[in-house]
Order: sequence, then C-alpha cells, then structure tokens
Amino acid sequence: MKKLIEIISLKKDYYVGEVTVHALRGVEMVVTEGEFVAIMGASGSGKSTMLNIIGCLDKPTSGDYILDGINISGLSRNELASYRNRKLGFVFQTYNLLPRTTALDNVELPLMYNASVKSKERRERAIAALESVGLADRMHHKPNQLSGGQQQRVAIARSLVNDPVVILADEATGNLDTRTSYEIMALFQELNSKGKTVVFVTHEPDIAKCATRNVIFKDGLILRESAVQDRTNAREMLASIPIEAD
Amino acid sequence: MSIKNLFKIAMNALLRNKFRAFLTMLGIIIGVASVIAMLGIGQGSKQSIQSQIAGMGLNLVTVVPGSQQRGGVQFGAATMQSLKETDVNIILSECPAVLAATPEVRGNGQVVFGALNWPTSLYGENESYLQIRERSVVNGRMFTDREISGAAKVCLMGQTVIKNLFGEGADPVGQVIRFKKIPFLVIGVLDTKGLNTFGQDQDDLLIAPYTTVQKRVQAITWVNSIYTSAVDAGSTDLASQQITEALRRHHKIKASDQDDFTIRNQAELLSTFSSVSNILTVLLGAIAGISLLVGGIGIMNIMYVSVTERTREIGLRMAIGGKGRDILMQFLAESMLLSITGGIIGIIVGIAASKIIGTTMSWPVVVLPGSEVLSFAVCTIIGIFFGWYPAKKAASLDPIDALRYE
Repeated sequence: MKKLIEIISLKKDYYVGEVTVHALRGVEMVVTEGEFVAIMGASGSGKSTMLNIIGCLDKPTSGDYILDGINISGLSRNELASYRNRKLGFVFQTYNLLPRTTALDNVELPLMYNASVKSKERRERAIAALESVGLADRMHHKPNQLSGGQQQRVAIARSLVNDPVVILADEATGNLDTRTSYEIMALFQELNSKGKTVVFVTHEPDIAKCATRNVIFKDGLILRESAVQDRTNAREMLASIPIEAD
Repeated sequence: MSIKNLFKIAMNALLRNKFRAFLTMLGIIIGVASVIAMLGIGQGSKQSIQSQIAGMGLNLVTVVPGSQQRGGVQFGAATMQSLKETDVNIILSECPAVLAATPEVRGNGQVVFGALNWPTSLYGENESYLQIRERSVVNGRMFTDREISGAAKVCLMGQTVIKNLFGEGADPVGQVIRFKKIPFLVIGVLDTKGLNTFGQDQDDLLIAPYTTVQKRVQAITWVNSIYTSAVDAGSTDLASQQITEALRRHHKIKASDQDDFTIRNQAELLSTFSSVSNILTVLLGAIAGISLLVGGIGIMNIMYVSVTERTREIGLRMAIGGKGRDILMQFLAESMLLSITGGIIGIIVGIAASKIIGTTMSWPVVVLPGSEVLSFAVCTIIGIFFGWYPAKKAASLDPIDALRYE
C-alpha cells in the first residue's frame, strides 16, 4: 500500500516566555492509503499538535513530514494554504460552518479558493458531496435550520468536495450525543470503505473502536500503536441503540 | 477567489448587520455631502463676487485722489483736490488704451417731491456714464452735451428713489424734484441693478451732469473721481499705466514724489476678493474634509470589530485553503463596499443639499464639475486606507489560534 503520511523523528517545541514546551518529542508514524486511524491520548499528550502538523496548519520544529510524496517542512505559508486546499479535508468538533449561509454555499467554500474550478463545476461537485452524506434535501437550509448531526454532515461534505487524499477529523463527535455520534462514524466508515483515508482524533475509546488502527499518544510520544481487534460496525451499533434512549 | 465572489461575500457580510453598516456609511455620507456642499458654497460666492465686480462697469479703471505728503504731513485721500475735469480730457487724448472716461462729483442729501422726501446720493457724470457703468435708460432720455456745458438742472432717477417719492411703477419723467433746495427736472429713469456685493443699493441714486453738481450743488472746482473704460478686458493694466504717466506729467510730479492719485482696476479688485473667497472655500472644504476623515475612522473601527467577530470564520477559511491575500482582499472588499456606497449616497445628498441651500437661502451654490469624481476617488482611497489595517490584521492571523478563538 502507498504511504500517504510519513512522519520521521518529528519534534515540535513551543516557547512560552522563557519556558520551552516540548509538545512532540520525536514521533515516528506512517499512515497508508485506505487506513482509518484514530489518534487517542489525554489532554496535553500532543495529539492536537500532531493533527495540526498533519493538517499543514503548523510546521514542525525539526524532523520531516511527508504528505503524498511531498516534504511539508520546507513550504511557505501560502504553499501550505494551497496544499491544504488540494490535499486535505477538515472536520471540526464545532462544525465551523459559516452562519446564515446555505449548506450548499458552505460546501462550495473550499473550491472558491481553487481558481481552476469554475463556478458550474463547483456547484455540481458541492451537490454531489451533499448527496453522498445524505443531505440532498437540505441543500438550501442554513446551519441554524439543521440539527447538530446534520451540521456535522454538511461539514463532512465540505471536507469531501475537493476530493482530498486524507480527511482529518478533530473530535468530530465531541459535540454530539451517542446515537448521532454513531451516525457520523457510520458515515466515516462508509467513506473509508470507498477508499478514503481518515485520520481521526478522539478521546472516546468506543468511538476509536470504529477505526482500523489506534495510535495512543502520551507526553509527546506514541505510547502504543495497535490494529483494532473486533472493530465496531457503526451501522450495526446504531441499530442496537433504541431511539427513545436519546 | 474572483472579484465577483469577493464582493458577493462582502455584501452578505454587510447585510448581516444592516443597521451597523448604515451607521458606518452615514459617517462617509455626511463627510462627502458636506465636502460637495461646502465647496459648492465657496465656489458660488466666488462666482457671484466675480460677476458683481464685472458688473460694476465695462473694463473699469478708476482714478481717485491719492494721499499726499505736504511739508511732512500726510493728507487723507478724501480731502485731496488733485483731480480736475481737465484730467478727463488729458486721459482721453493721451491714453490710447482708454475707450471712454467720465468725471464723477458726489453729493449726499435729501431729495424732495411734494410732501415726500428721501435721503439719496447725487452723482454728477458726463454722457459716457451709461457706457462705462453698463447701465441704460429705460424711460425718457440721457442728458446731452449742451446740458453738460450749460450745467442744466436735469437728472436721471434710480428705481429706489422713484419708489420712495412717487410710488412703485410711477413715471417721474417731466416732474420737478428738489435736491438741497435746487430744482431738477427728471428727464429719464435708470434700469434696475439691485444690491452690489457690498450690500449697496445701486438703484438709490440720481444722475446729473457733473457740471451741475460741481457748480450748483457742491460749489467745488475739483472732481471726486474719474471712471474710465479700457478698450478691452486685457488692457486694464495698460490703461492704468498710461493714465499714471499722463497724470504724473500734467500734474508736474517729480520722479521722486508719490502720485497724487490712486488707480484701481477690476483685475485688482477681482484678485483681492477672489483670494478672500478662496480662503473661505479652503476653510469650508477643510472642515468638511475632517468630517470625511472621521467617517473613515468609523469604517476602520467597524472593520476591526468585524475581524474580531469573525475570527473563527477567518480560521476556517485559512484551514480550507484561503491564503493571507484572499483574506486581505475579502475585508478590503468589505470596507470599500462600505465607503463607495456611502460615497455615492453622499454625492447624491451633497448635490441635493447644494440645490436646497441655493434655493432656500438664495445663495449662489455651484456644484463644481468634477467634485463628484473627486469625492468618489477619495472614498475609494479611504476604503482602502482605513480598511487596510483591519484586513492586514485578519490576514496575518494564525489559523490554529483563529479556529480556537472563543
């Protein structure tokens, strides 16, 4: 399998006044195409820093990060922005949809920053993305007219619209109830089964069991890395949760 | 991101806070409107003064007695008796740049007709008066050469005097009035000219042959002033120079001595009063400009608020691929939309205000051609200038911090 993400002895230091915080202290990690990786760890373990670097939002202090064959460490701010635009899809805990803007316009947003996509193609791709997350009938709804789960699905559609090599999700189920969380996980599993690579940060062990591999961080290093035995099928899990329990 | 999309996003952002956008624009609207109105008022007053001065007479060059030093004592100009009626002939014969000339002898007093009386001024002139001062006789006739040489007791009457002695619209021609107990036959009526720039009523006067006023009314041998017309508008300075030379020679003034007369021409008056109204225009414009500046600061303020409010949106846009430049352009588009829309409304309000001030206050208000274009350009610059720092702040945000901003 092709190595999509390759992280080699990566370190990240923060300077807070005169104190140096070693957020990551030499991480080695590989994500291959088609994987569904859940990154876990306690607060301050370095998992968010790791996701920021994987997401090209932050640059490592030392070490190399190779995304889809290109070493990110040497890129400028603008090059990182274009890279994010073409290679990555983001899903956030708080959805981060633009308020008072329709689902369709929200999903179109990443393509607005890609000059090679014309407005007609942009609309078509946004509609296709919304259909793939099951929101074909909600295209013209605004975020305040949608439930939390629906908003997160719009956000997932937005992360898909530029056809990224990796989808990065930061606590994507953190604001949702158990049932809706499994709905979202079912969607991620479905995308994964179609070949999308997903890197997912969570602190809920139950949710992490939906992934194919778990990576556990502690004090800026990988504590444990293991393939998931008896992986949860979110769709089946959903059927077993009684609706009235919510 | 295309320009069209930039402005679409900016428009949506502004429409989210309609009232706030309107209040911000109001600063620019008031600023632009006052700049246009104030420049209009300044320009209007300038044009009105210019037309008033031009209306004083045809390429007018005025000679008045000058201050003179005798035995170390400086005598006031008004007491001087240095101008004589012969000077008029000297000017006419020796100054080719002078078209016409008339002496003027003034007298003030009560004019009486029957039981009514009215205080007015009697001006003694020659037959060139109408040509030089650009006036006309609307009823009756002008006095003749024979009446001048004979010092005939005839006069022409201004409209204000007619109104007060005979009543509005009455015909005084053929009536005899008294000025300082001397009877005058009214032979003509002067046209209406109204107030001049200095608020003087140009219709409150009697005109008589200068000989009559000089000999019969004032009993003097000199004249108060001499009015001349230059041959054309460009020759007033030349005429002034020729008159100076001729009069100095005939008055036998030594090269080392001062003139015993003073010459003023319209060009000098025009430049004096134009500089006054230019100062006025600059002053009014500066005050209005300050209000425009305050409007610009209002835009800057609200753009800072907008950037802070939308920090998370900025973070998201950066995360999904928005470059610093895209974010900068987005906020610049917003501030420019505010300032340009405000500017357009301001131009309309300013022109309307100019018209209203012009008609209600009966002030001449001129909308300067090009002041709309200038205001529009200034607004665009204000939009960029005051929008730049907030937009720069937005563009330099760190995407991670911006996404986490509460």
